[in-house]
Amino acid sequence: MKAKIIVTPKKAVVDPQGKTVQNALEHMGYRGIKAVHVGKYLEVELDGGDKEALRKSLDEACHKFLSNPVIEDYKLELE
Amino acid sequence: MKFAVLQFPASNCDQDCIHAVRSLGHSSRLLWHKETSLGDADAVIIPGGFSYGDYLRTGAIARFSPVMQAVQKFADNGGLVLGVCNGFQILCEAGMLPGALVRNRDLQFHCEQVFLKTNHLDTPFTNKIPRDKILKIPIAHGEGCYFADEATLEKLKANRQILWQYCDVGGNLTEASNPNGSVLNIAGVCNERRNVAGLMPHPDRASEGLLGSDDGKWIFESVIAALEESRTKKAA
Repeated sequence: MKAKIIVTPKKAVVDPQGKTVQNALEHMGYRGIKAVHVGKYLEVELDGGDKEALRKSLDEACHKFLSNPVIEDYKLELE
Repeated sequence: MKFAVLQFPASNCDQDCIHAVRSLGHSSRLLWHKETSLGDADAVIIPGGFSYGDYLRTGAIARFSPVMQAVQKFADNGGLVLGVCNGFQILCEAGMLPGALVRNRDLQFHCEQVFLKTNHLDTPFTNKIPRDKILKIPIAHGEGCYFADEATLEKLKANRQILWQYCDVGGNLTEASNPNGSVLNIAGVCNERRNVAGLMPHPDRASEGLLGSDDGKWIFESVIAALEESRTKKAA
């Protein structure tokens, strides 16, 4: 089993990296881009077991350690 | 007084802090991140650097180190803890200080002298700073942009926790004097109880004239004065 975790900066936090990437895309001629947000992707390989129990413990790890709730949001997927 | 200076893999201002304290005539020793006790330390300094390579987020891994659990307990019992640069980031990650430090607004690493206004002189970290004195202290960071949400900022203002703000040489809080995009030009804050403080600028790198400024020594002297005062009170 594998957990996929996507961490992105909160909307209220200025994301200069996203803004810079957006500017570069526009300079390259890509049109219609409203905003870019640069975050992190983590893949956690798991031994397996009860999916709901794993989700619960990983959710806790995301909140406590893998993301910082002051500045980031996260999305957790198990597959 | 006895200071414990924490040392993590990739701390790089630990020796600067040790030197700053010793040059004021007090004792300081390094404490490795795997230690579980602070021994007989009177105060703790968490120095600058790039603990654990800044992996995941600055300070994110250091906060779970064994020594930080001891620091948390020490602070819960009223012990004085000062975090400088990476130390400030670690204290925010640990939830011992409000807010967080994110990438500088221009994405660049800034290594330069800045000017600081001290807002409150009635704390263990500021009591020796002369009134209206604008401190000249260097910064050296890529992730020093202070962020906190509106509700937290209101609380910080109401509780007088914003200790230092970036300003110009005349003490004005201008956009140009804010090196990293911090909200409200915030350079350093303390907790509600006022026994834990952190700042991005390096008082350790401005602790004697030879370094271009000795304004940083006021901060160390403040901590020493606060410790001496509490020792006198205990003895009385």
